[in-house]
Amino acid sequence: MAVLIKKETKIICQGFTGAQGTFHSERALEYNTNLVGGVTPEKGGTKHLKIPVFNTVSEAKRTTGCNASGVFVPPPFAADAILESVEAELDLIVCITDGIPTSDMQRVKREMKGSKTRLVGPNCPGVLTPGIGKIGIIPGHICKPGRIGVVSRSGTLSYESAVQTAELGQSTIIGIGGDPVNGTNFVDALELFLNDSDTDGIVLIGEIGGTAEIEGAEFIKSWKGKYKKPVAAFVAGAAAPKGRKLGHAGAIVNSGDETADAKKDALRTAGVEVSDTITKIGKAMRKAME
Amino acid sequence: MDIHEYQAKQLLSKFGVDIPPGEVVYQTHEAENIVSWLNEEKIVVKAQVHAGGRGKAGGIKVCKNQDDVIKQVDQMIGMKLKTPQTGENGKIVKRVYLEKAYEIEKEFYLCISIDRETGGNTIITSKKGGVDIEEVAAKNPEEIHKINIGPGGDLLTHHARTIVYSLGLNGQTAKKAQKNILNIYKAFQNLDASMIEVNPFAVVNGDEIRVLDCKASFDDNALYRQRQVAEMKDENEYDPLELEAARHDLNYVKLNGNIGLMVNGAGLSMATMDIIKHYGGNAANFMDVAGAATPERVAAAFKLIYKDPDVEGILINIFGGMMRCNDIAQGLVDASKEVGLNKPLVVRLEGTNVDIGIKILKNSGFPITPVDTMEQAAKDVVSLVKEK
Repeated sequence: MAVLIKKETKIICQGFTGAQGTFHSERALEYNTNLVGGVTPEKGGTKHLKIPVFNTVSEAKRTTGCNASGVFVPPPFAADAILESVEAELDLIVCITDGIPTSDMQRVKREMKGSKTRLVGPNCPGVLTPGIGKIGIIPGHICKPGRIGVVSRSGTLSYESAVQTAELGQSTIIGIGGDPVNGTNFVDALELFLNDSDTDGIVLIGEIGGTAEIEGAEFIKSWKGKYKKPVAAFVAGAAAPKGRKLGHAGAIVNSGDETADAKKDALRTAGVEVSDTITKIGKAMRKAME
Repeated sequence: MDIHEYQAKQLLSKFGVDIPPGEVVYQTHEAENIVSWLNEEKIVVKAQVHAGGRGKAGGIKVCKNQDDVIKQVDQMIGMKLKTPQTGENGKIVKRVYLEKAYEIEKEFYLCISIDRETGGNTIITSKKGGVDIEEVAAKNPEEIHKINIGPGGDLLTHHARTIVYSLGLNGQTAKKAQKNILNIYKAFQNLDASMIEVNPFAVVNGDEIRVLDCKASFDDNALYRQRQVAEMKDENEYDPLELEAARHDLNYVKLNGNIGLMVNGAGLSMATMDIIKHYGGNAANFMDVAGAATPERVAAAFKLIYKDPDVEGILINIFGGMMRCNDIAQGLVDASKEVGLNKPLVVRLEGTNVDIGIKILKNSGFPITPVDTMEQAAKDVVSLVKEK
């Protein structure tokens, strides 16, 4: 079954005919993803990569019945593209775009209040269900079908986690992204995996900045006695200096709760198997599964 | 992006916030005119660097006459200011701000920032102004007053009213404080700020409000539409290597260690810093070769790290994903030729054509150690640098 991307998920790409949209849609099609069309204003009615292009998301939905979208639209226009798909009532929006102004994302968050649409990202590598399909930029060949759910703020660290859990395989890999204001958070992703009968264990990859990992730890703590799913985790940035932004807009330590050590401690207290280095996350997952 | 105190005050005053009269100077002789223009009994001379803790370090002086002002300006310009926030090397003062000094009757703390948990904004205020707020939060958490505004929401009059009452203000002072708080929030929203901290937010002259010190940071992602903010960038505040990296669109942050890093991905770059520390070393930098790790970008990034005199060994950690490792290896060998590589270089490549890539590195004739795993790469570079 997996989560978010399933066999029946019909996907479109916003920003379809741009360089990034084209490149990654080609990779998605090679991976046999159920990509049914794309959206680029002014190019509706044409075909690109042998599938139809639409001017608007609602038109794409009417014609293809799509229920998910990958957003590859440049930063100044990305928030509007997300909201277009929210209004078209798609089930899932995955926004890959890096560099969206925070206040634009705050606006998106306000507009999405009460909406049934799930947003993953922005500034994320996307979502991939091995053997089924993908939205985003996660390389398909490094992922193997299996029963570990991976949720990560960082793209490259989700790839490392996929490689290290190859023998167990993955149910779904979710990149939630490195921005300070985003859609799906650790708690949401953990909840999805917790309720997924095809996921037996969860890898959580956090980093410095914000307190999403601490909230994730609190959530895992609340499972005690009710549910049992082993979790292994790594938090990047133990060697990071305070007050400097490291690559991701959200990766900055402003207060004590935002350090890698504070997050690791919170996860350990919640019963999570915490790895000191990213290179041991596969081992930590196997240990947690015992 | 951070800006100077005087720039933050200029921006706030455009939104109707009450700031003291003042002017910035770059050279001592400019001070004379400013002093006579201000025509005040007392003038405060403030070093303009992007760091807190200036007062204790000698970067803020209250002066009672023109000669004293000129003497202080002369001492401050060019001085190396070392505060807990500037790091070991300190910062050279190039700009000094002169403004009217007030007798402070009451002083408060006020800070607006983004609340990552809710996606909204938080306004933190405290009756204990003019001091280190983290200390207040630790010792007297009941003195901290917090208001959360939902994502994309406005600060409303009743919010501002709640804040000024919590500060114990009333009458005309309360009205003026309320107006200032609403205007600071407007500036925060309209300028795409990520943080505006006013400390102290002061009551002076009986019922007047003045923003006496102010620190502001802005969302880098929004600078394309905030021209007046973007133009306030002071390149003197940045490490020269960081400026060069920015021109190549590389995410680079200079750190204190001696192992140069080049990694693709912000998360992997942090994790590489961590594993080096784990094995007893220290990274000289954070470096995310953002975007596609093409041979050209890899070469540009490599040359930049190599230039850093603190770097005694280099670790390259590339998870190729969709890039071909042989192209990356060739880019590295070409760059090594260009710089005449004579520092140990450990390379871990993962991805398509990794075998060919490793062969290229092994046959290059340079001191390059290709390794299979990130773990081995970290161990090797730490021991190679120690041997040196």
